[in-house]
Amino acid sequence: MSAILLQGAGAATSLSPFNSIDSSKLVAPSRSSLSVRSKRYIVAGSDGTNKSFGASSLVARRSEPLIPNAVATKADTAASSTSSKPGHELLLFEALQEGLEEEMDRDPHVCVMGEDVGHYGGSYKVTKGLADKFGDLRVLDTPICENAFTGMGIGAAMTGLRPVIEGMNMGFLLLAFNQISNNCGMLHYTSGGQFTIPVVIRGPGGVGRQLGAEHSQRLESYFQSIPGIQMVACSTPYNAKGLMKAAIRSENPVILFEHVLLYNLKETIPDEEYICNLEEAEMVRPGEHITILTYSRMRYHVMQAAKTLVNKGYDPEVIDIRSLKPFDLYTIGNSVKKTHRVLIVEECMRTGGIGASLTAAINENFHDYLDAPVMCLSSQDVPTPYAGTLEEWTVVQPAQIVTAVEQLCQ
Amino acid sequence: MALSRLSSRSNTFLKPAITAFPSSIRRHVSTDSSPITIETAVPFTSHLCESPSRSVETSSEEILAFFRDMARMRRMEIAADSLYKAKLIRGFCHLYDGQEALAVGMEAAITKKDAIITSYRDHCTFIGRGGKLVDAFSELMGRKTGCSHGKGGSMHFYKKDASFYGGHGIVGAQIPLGCGLAFAQKYNKDEAVTFALYGDGAANQGQLFEALNISALWDLPAILVCENNHYGMGTATWRSAKSPAYFKRGDYVPGLKVDGMDALAVKQACKFAKEHALKNGPIILEMDTYRYHGHSMSDPGSTYRTRDEISGVRQVRDPIERVRKLLLTHDIATEKELKDMEKEIRKEVDDAVAQAKESPIPDASELFTNMYVKDCGVESFGADRKELKVTLP
Repeated sequence: MSAILLQGAGAATSLSPFNSIDSSKLVAPSRSSLSVRSKRYIVAGSDGTNKSFGASSLVARRSEPLIPNAVATKADTAASSTSSKPGHELLLFEALQEGLEEEMDRDPHVCVMGEDVGHYGGSYKVTKGLADKFGDLRVLDTPICENAFTGMGIGAAMTGLRPVIEGMNMGFLLLAFNQISNNCGMLHYTSGGQFTIPVVIRGPGGVGRQLGAEHSQRLESYFQSIPGIQMVACSTPYNAKGLMKAAIRSENPVILFEHVLLYNLKETIPDEEYICNLEEAEMVRPGEHITILTYSRMRYHVMQAAKTLVNKGYDPEVIDIRSLKPFDLYTIGNSVKKTHRVLIVEECMRTGGIGASLTAAINENFHDYLDAPVMCLSSQDVPTPYAGTLEEWTVVQPAQIVTAVEQLCQ
Repeated sequence: MALSRLSSRSNTFLKPAITAFPSSIRRHVSTDSSPITIETAVPFTSHLCESPSRSVETSSEEILAFFRDMARMRRMEIAADSLYKAKLIRGFCHLYDGQEALAVGMEAAITKKDAIITSYRDHCTFIGRGGKLVDAFSELMGRKTGCSHGKGGSMHFYKKDASFYGGHGIVGAQIPLGCGLAFAQKYNKDEAVTFALYGDGAANQGQLFEALNISALWDLPAILVCENNHYGMGTATWRSAKSPAYFKRGDYVPGLKVDGMDALAVKQACKFAKEHALKNGPIILEMDTYRYHGHSMSDPGSTYRTRDEISGVRQVRDPIERVRKLLLTHDIATEKELKDMEKEIRKEVDDAVAQAKESPIPDASELFTNMYVKDCGVESFGADRKELKVTLP
């Protein structure tokens, strides 16, 4: 997915990186398999190689060596500080909305469907105002029938529309599992490449504040085996907007996992248009002693633990893996080769979660570089209880992360 | 007069007695498109709408084309039967013989811009949409030249350029897809409709009603066609449906019950449905049809129904015989011409089978193609991690 093709008739907003270089005529890095088209921009890799992409989400400059990175290789601050322009501050759900709105402006094929996304504005306000702007045909309020409207989105995608399907809560998408697995994931393959399914399936998931078991589900572990889909998880307003845009532009079906508790995070993001690479992990905090891999809400628990760890003299490297399928083994691998110790902190269940797959992948690929077994901290294999204290104990807390790091670094 | 027509035909062995009937002007085989009107044998039954007229406008060209296409489909399915028994086709193979009138009748009423989506009994629908016999057989035998490059199989035939969207294994799931196609047609202002086909078994799926609700709510040009062959695998309709009047199940959505073994009735109903859907939103068509084979090649088809029933339907309602009678009574073709046509078709099918048998099987690298569009540099491995290794480009 290195080449993101501009679509839609004469894309009006030309992309410009936020160091204000005119990027309307970008030259791709030499990648022979890509065809040259008039308007293209490439997400640059940290070392400019074709196959792998480092922690960068910036557009390449014309005929100059690729910009190494723009995303947070700085410490915990927002990723936009290299901007020469001030940027604007917003909340994560507003960033999602901005991304969605920009894509809908850009390409008339993009439409949104979901429960209460139109007139109500979305249960988490991600689609607020869009129905007034784009009308009822492009922002569709569906009845409560996840199986049917997910199937409809996929059918529409087979003809070339680009629906963004919202599950009001990710857990409801279990009702649409057949459509997501069999039709969304497999149609491109079983039709021998005739049909592409450029849908985005998005919604909030994860453990919230005492929402109860059925509204606190983490579906990334159930979906991860489906062949043919991509999964990404956003965690900051910056990557939320970037991933939303990239997911919409991708020709593959992408499932974008948001988290119920992260919608009100505030950050300053660039004014200019940008996207984030779908298959790339984000380096949150470089370090030397141990690699901590995480995603979504657990990133914040890890960063909190990191403060304590730094005070205790440890230097953790924190990577937000962002891409849950496929894993960015390049970034992860480089980190493992540097630190030789891995801790995975996730919100999935212990059994069959993303962490379990990631542990297997790291062990298989980087076994020689590990000084200690890969440790994985996940939620308990229980339905999320309602009581606040019990709910706290189901998910990983910063104190547990600190203990785990101390244990691994002995 | 009759003689002048005779000379332009290939068949020169007509008895002179024919000339004694000057009034029976023999229409030249396959080029005459002057209209004929034929009454359907069975009336339409409707729900919440008016029935279309029983008089169907057609032409001798069209009826002959029906015969030819149906004979081709029938031969294809019989050939698939033998190939399956010869273990060249594996897995599940669901045959459509007996139901051909549906495929040809529908095609006669619509254009290639209208979309068709169906479930796994899709071989003949694929041919009706313009698919080639050799592509179908190659796909059935898992060859690289098949319509899905060998990766789909019997249940996953697709033809995008003819708006044929498959080919689905999980019955009922194609109905929301079909309503999605209709949605896209409305979104793009295509003035086209979508026919979403399903069987009497799938008619009990909840997603059908969910999709129907949305289609009716948003006025989508979706036509849901229930191919009622009276058996959902081994379960007869009276055992699976409290209300086997599938055309009425739409409740607020109009419906029409059609004799699905009569290609002309099917054509009339589909034409009517298309006009209706473009103006008023969804409509349900129930096609009363029958399959001679069992549910699939693994099912003998006689444990839940009697052989007498099957042969009875074959004698009385067979779609090809019906068209043959039409052709003979309207003097559009002679017995011999039709037999010659069938021989030709048989040869055509045999040639396609032979050609498909020669086609190459996909090589191992095909395992990973078309996973993603413009893949992401991911490395993929076969099970042993050594022999098959590919970087998705």
